[in-house]
Order: sequence, then structure tokens, then C-alpha cells
Amino acid sequence: MAHVSDLIATDIESYLAAHEQKELLRFITCGSVDDGKSTLIGRMLYESHMLFDDHLAALEADSKKVGTQDGEIDFALLVDGLAAEREQGITIDVAYRFFSTEKRKYIVADTPGHEEYTRNMATGASTADVAIILVDASQGVLTQTRRHSFIVSMVGVKRIILAVNKLDLVDYSEDVFNKIVSDYHNFADEALQLDEITAIPISALKGDNIVGPSENTPWYNGQSIIEYLESVEVSSSAQSRPFRMPVQWVNRPSREFRGFTGLIGSGIVSPGDRIRVLPSGTESVVERIVTWEGDLEMAGAGRSITLTLSDEIDISRGDIITAADNPCSSADQFQSRILWMDESAMMPGRQYLFKSSTQTTSMTLGQLKHRIDVNTLEELPAKVLDMNEIGVCNISLSSRIAFDPYDEDPTMGGFIIVDRITNNTVGMGLIDFELRRADNIHWQSMDVTKKSRAEQKSQKPRLVWFTGLSGSGKSSIANILEKKLQAMGRHTISLDGDNVRHGLNRDLGFTKADRVENIRRIGETSKLMVEAGLICITSFISPFESERLMVRNLVDSDEFVEVFVDTPLEVCEQRDVKGLYAKARAGELPNFTGISSPYESPNNPEIRIDTTQISAEQAADQIIDYLSKA
Amino acid sequence: MHDRMTHLQRLEAEAIHIMREVVAEAENPVMLYSIGKDSSVMLHIAMKAFHPAKPPFPIMHIDTMWKFSEMIDFREKMANDLGLDLIVHINPEGKEMGMNPFIHGSSMHTDMMKTQGLKQALDAHGFDVAFGGARRDEEKSRAKERIFSFRNESHHWDPKRQRPELWNLYNSRKNQGESIRVFPLSNWTELDIWQYIHLEKIPIVPLYLAKPRPVVERDGVLILVDDDRLPMEEGEEPMMKTVRFRTLGCYPLTGAVESEADTLPQIIQEMLLTTTSERQGRVIDFDSTASMEKKKQEGYF
Repeated sequence: MAHVSDLIATDIESYLAAHEQKELLRFITCGSVDDGKSTLIGRMLYESHMLFDDHLAALEADSKKVGTQDGEIDFALLVDGLAAEREQGITIDVAYRFFSTEKRKYIVADTPGHEEYTRNMATGASTADVAIILVDASQGVLTQTRRHSFIVSMVGVKRIILAVNKLDLVDYSEDVFNKIVSDYHNFADEALQLDEITAIPISALKGDNIVGPSENTPWYNGQSIIEYLESVEVSSSAQSRPFRMPVQWVNRPSREFRGFTGLIGSGIVSPGDRIRVLPSGTESVVERIVTWEGDLEMAGAGRSITLTLSDEIDISRGDIITAADNPCSSADQFQSRILWMDESAMMPGRQYLFKSSTQTTSMTLGQLKHRIDVNTLEELPAKVLDMNEIGVCNISLSSRIAFDPYDEDPTMGGFIIVDRITNNTVGMGLIDFELRRADNIHWQSMDVTKKSRAEQKSQKPRLVWFTGLSGSGKSSIANILEKKLQAMGRHTISLDGDNVRHGLNRDLGFTKADRVENIRRIGETSKLMVEAGLICITSFISPFESERLMVRNLVDSDEFVEVFVDTPLEVCEQRDVKGLYAKARAGELPNFTGISSPYESPNNPEIRIDTTQISAEQAADQIIDYLSKA
Repeated sequence: MHDRMTHLQRLEAEAIHIMREVVAEAENPVMLYSIGKDSSVMLHIAMKAFHPAKPPFPIMHIDTMWKFSEMIDFREKMANDLGLDLIVHINPEGKEMGMNPFIHGSSMHTDMMKTQGLKQALDAHGFDVAFGGARRDEEKSRAKERIFSFRNESHHWDPKRQRPELWNLYNSRKNQGESIRVFPLSNWTELDIWQYIHLEKIPIVPLYLAKPRPVVERDGVLILVDDDRLPMEEGEEPMMKTVRFRTLGCYPLTGAVESEADTLPQIIQEMLLTTTSERQGRVIDFDSTASMEKKKQEGYF
């Protein structure tokens, strides 16, 4: 490193002893493209001497090549990570930086300021103790300043540094600074729930009030950015809340030991404390706090521990161990704030997965009460939430979970929303309060339709209609297809000779009229299955074009998928698994398709499968490909 | 009452939480063990996370046939002392063709033995989650990588399609064919690693400590004469120099530094006063700008 205190060189043991005692502080920096955010972070890394010489040399070279500071060191280049964004000149994602000072180690979440990346800011803010909001002194408080402040405050950051940057551009004017501070208070005091706003006049480029007081701002007597970060008190608030530990994993190495592992979310625990397990409500007493180093006398929020209890009670992952005298509640319906993070919009009525602490369950989103415009903070009516939009809606879970409102306890009230098909994290949610039964979500206001049934199953209903000669391989492929769909979480039903001929169509024979009626009934049944939102798979010879067309017209055009299993007659006859071809050739089976009755090959099937070229397994994959694309 | 925690205690608690989440949600996890200092820290934390049980997953080393011999001895001793299930994988194609970085070049060696070898081993054992000891401070592209980092069927990383990671809630749901690399030490710095090793008295490969060793100088890089496979140029004789290694890998591709630091505090002191960053010792990062990002997209850890 370029330089550190002399202690390292002269007395490394004392340095290490002091460094071991450092605390951790996590903060987020928010600002727009031109507010100088990357420059501020680069400057902090530089001032804390966390730059190696080779980094510094690379930085100087890069500054000359692509820098925007006329060959002067461009600190922003230090923190713009990925190649793609270096070329675009913008920060596209959350990046984490590390540096330390005499008293603390810092993790900085560096998040981009563009409107479309609201989600990144929320992500960075979710783990931050403090937020630095940057304002360009020559621009003043802008829409994006308000937007950034609202987002970090919503996610629960209670302390904000208002860093009025680029003061060098306004001649270090106290009036400009004061005007910006008062504009900000006018907005924030009313709109946000903050504990503390600390305004600091800085120039990240020139280094004013970053580490120590600047000669350029004699009128400012407050702390510099680093002085503030070194002294702000943050760690004790989580430990002063009631005890909460989500159970991650049950540790049972032997019959004698049964420990419940978890990261303490809130409060403090000691052996002898009475606890209550939620959602079950069972109570017991803490026996030991087990760690690798030995048992602890007490442990507070932030520690990963293993608890043993004095009673043998049934606890598993997803349960929450809480203070018996101050437990949380449990419920399955809530009002919550939601920030949508995915390109496909949030759809009320759809099912998603809900994950909060170690609890995962399925969830249905209710109708939106309103959307919040992050620029004006106005409440607007909305039907859906697009990416980066924030709204308020009721949610309904498939089972009860233990919770606290987010504003009281972020560990117990924050959740993520996961799409069941793409498995992406599509949203973040904050529980506001549980709904009393009287307020329950009125699902009946939504009509139950084919669409809503299918949405509940997170799939598109289909009729996959196999056609082909006897012995062509329809049923084998259909079987594999259904297994694969099932494994993908799809809801399916199969209709084939076995389950139709013996029941629904028991009264039908093999005359031409009976065969037409057979297919008509199968078609109508399939239509009901599709109405139910299912993927219906049928495998019947269905030799006549006219009856296949009849079935095709029973459902919507994009729902019908005709799969022609194109196996040549000689191959089918060769295989003759059931010995039917032999019987037909011997004249024992009249009207046998291919021998004594025609098979009309489909002209334009959605999928044609040549079983002489591909296996049944590959055929099933080909169909799945089609289903997932079309 | 207040339970004050230092930054190392917080980082340790975070890593334990991450490991337990994986064990609770993954089907078949594995810990990649490179024998280096970060792996040693990761393994130590795994012992803590599941105490009094053993870590409920195997550890796996992707051997390249060219690791320092002291690393291999250390690997066997650790697995034995801790009673862990150790898997060692060597790319059989590379073994058959007698892969040799002096003949085939460093990038082909690294690609085949490390990148392809890792993919083979993960596929062969059907591991769905692999712990790795990478840190965000190592390199710019890593600063943006998630703790749960997804790889597609070909083990490629797509930096633009990363899932948001909120609070300490990790979404471990995979699509078909996907696997996850999980980095419990994401938020540690090099200093944190050394400090933690010092505090916790974690065993490390002795190569990290200075000692007289036989070396030759190649293009300004000091290479340890670890075995007789190192081709000597005409008239070249190994020199005895007091050296140590800041990073460990394949011995022909890892430069030694001249140093007198033979205790951990001295290593830390040297690191704090030294003027080049850690990856400088590795030959593979030099080839082009943004090269680590490219390697990651191709499936390098």
C-alpha cells in the first residue's frame, strides 16, 4: 500500500491488536450519473490508502486513455468494474467496495443512479446502516435526489449523509450549501422517516471535507465524511429489539445432540431464557448456546449460533425462535409494499413463491391498492407493477408465517418474491401489517376463468394431440413428456386408450361411426381439461383429418398442438409390440388402420416426429422446446 | 446488555449463515478446496458452522498435476486431520496427453486442467452447489458478483442476468441444468483473511512463509524448482533464495517473492507495506484487460 501508519512498520503486533477490534459499517452511496458518486468512492479508497501501486499505475494510465479529467487522476475509473459498462461509461449493477480506517472496516454498496435501476439501489440499501445521498451543488435538490432518498428510507435506512458535492464549482459558497440543505429538509422532514440527516459540503474531486476539515469551507464546523462514518452509532439498535432467530438447519450429529442453528436477527439470548417457537407457539427454555469455541454466556443479533433447548420439541427449518415474553405474531394475509424487479410485470392473481428469513411458502398477490410514483411520491391507481415500480397490495400465503412489521424488524418483515417458472427473484416486499379477517382479500371480485385457472398453475393450457399409426410410439413419447412436464412443475392430464375405452367410451366399438364418436368425446373431454388450465396430452391413432380438425376447433388456436408421430408402416409392423399387425394381416382385425382402413397423414402438424431419426426422449424434449417457445 | 462484535466476527457469522443456507436448501453441495489461504479459511469456518457435526458435504480439489508438492502433502494432512471426505479430480484427457505448461502454454494448461477439469468433476458427481473462496476485493469483475452466482449448463456466468440479492435472503432455486457457485467469503479482504488466519491459528501451506528455496528466474519471475519436470536452460543452475509465495497455484505459473517474512505478523506487515496487489503473482491474469471477467464467463471459477 502506498502508505499506512508507522505502527505497521514499527510494531505490527500492536497494529494487529488494534485492527482486530475494528467494527464493521455498511453504507450505500446514491447519486445520479453526474453527481460524482464514483469519484467520491474512488477518493475514499485513495484517501484511506487502500490502493496498491499497480492499481494506482493502472489508474493513471487509464485516466490518460479514457479519463474525463484532462489527464488528471479520474477516481471514477477505479470503481467502474465490468468491461461492458466501462465502455458505456455507466455503472450498471451493484458493486461492493471495501476499505478501512483507524476505527472501522467499511463495505460500500455502489449503486447506479439511473431511474431504471431503482432495484439495484434497493438491493444495496437492504444491507446498509447509512446512506450517502449525493447532490451536485450546481444543480441543487433534483427529482432523483428525492427518489433516491425515498427508496433508501423505504428500505429502512435511518441515517443519511447529504453530501453536497462539487462545491468547487460554486466557489465553496455557504449560501448555496445552506439553500440545498434547507430544500432537502423541506422535502425529507415530511416525506421520510429518518432518524438523522447530516449535511456535509464536499468536493470529491478536490478532496474537501472527505477525511478532515477543508480550508476552502471555513464556515463549516461539522464532521468530514470519514469522521462521520467512524463515529456514527449503528450496531446496538438490532440488539435492543426482542429476540428473534430464524431456524436455518437442525444439527443432529447423534441421538444425544439436537441443536437449532441460525443467525440471530434481533435481540440477545442467554441460557435460561424462556423462548416461544412460532408459528407453532410451543415454549421451552434455552439450555446452551453452542459454538465451536465453546458455549457462550450470551449472544446478540448478528451472531451465527446453535441453540439447544431443555425440552424435546419439534422444530424445523422455517420456524422462528422468539423471546417468550415478547414473541412475534403469525398470520397468512398481509398488506405489504412491493418493489418490482423483473422485466415481466407483476400480475395480481398470480402465484409466486414467498421467502422471508428461512420461511418459504407460496403466495398470491392481490389487486394493487395503488402505485407510488417515486418522483412525486404521489399515490396513483395501477393494475400491474412494471419493473422498478413500487406499489401497495395485499398478499395471501398458503400457510401461516411468523413475522413483525418491516419497520419494526427488517429481518422479520422483509421478503423476496420468486417466480415459479423462471425461478428469478422478481420483487422485494415489506410487510406492513397483518389483515384482520374482516379485511381479507376479496378474491371473488376476480372472475374465475380459464386464464385465471391457468395463471394459478403458472402455465399456459394446451391440448397436445398425438396422432400416428398403431405402434408408432405415441404413448411412449407421451409418457416421457408427461413425466418431464411434471418434473418442471406443470399440471398435466393424459387421455389414452386405457383410461378412456374402459370408462367414458365403454359403449363404443370400432365401426367408422363409433370411431368418430370416440374422438368427439375425447375432444370434448380434452376441452374441459384445457378449461381447467391443464396441459392435456392425448394419444390416439385419430386417422382422419376431419375429426382432428373438429378437435382443433374446440380449443383456442394457439392451444392446440398436433404432434404427428411419423413412423413408417413397415417399421410399426416390424415392431408390432402388441401383435396387432399380425392379427390384422391374418384378417382377424377388421378396420385396422394402415392395413384395412386408411391413415390420413396430417398436412401441417405443429410438430412432426421422425422416430427413425430420434429417440422418444429426444422427441419429448422437442415438444417441450416447442411448448416453452410458442 | 450489548454483544459487541468485531468486523471479523461479523464476517465469520455471515459466512456461517451462507454455508448453512446452502446445506439446508441444496441437493448435493460440495466445497471446492484449492489448498490456498482462502480455502483454508473457508474450511475452518465450515468446521465451525456445523459443529459438533462435521460439514455435511465433501471437499474437492481440482488437481492439475503441477501443484506444488507441499500443497498436495498439506491437502492430504488436512483431510485426514479433520476427518473430511476429500475428492481429487484430474482431467483424464490432460493426464493422458501429458499436459505440460512448458510445452502447451499456460492458457491451454489452465483452461484444460482447471476450467474443463472443474466442469467435468461437477458434472460427474452431479453437484448442484459448489462453495468457492473467491473474494470481491480480488478483482474488478468480482466486485459485482453475487454471493449465490448462477452458472448455466455449460457453467458460464452471465453478469447481466444476476438475481438481486436482498438482505441476507438468498434465492437458491435453479433452472434445469443450472448450478450455483456460492462465495461465503465475498465480503472479506486479503487483510481480513490473513488477520483471521493469525487470530484463529489456522494451518496454512508452509510455502506462504519465507525460507531458503531453490529457484530459477524466468522473465523476471522467480519459479520454484519443485521437481525435476522443470526444464533447465543450458548452463542454468537453481539458486537458493529466501522466498515465499503470496498466492499458490501451479508451480510453473506462480512467481515467488523474495522475502524474510517467516511469521504471520511479518507476512501481514509485508502485505500492508508492499506495493503490488495479490493477483500480480499469477501469470494468468496478465493476458488481456478484463481477462478475469472473460474467464469467468467461460466457466473459470
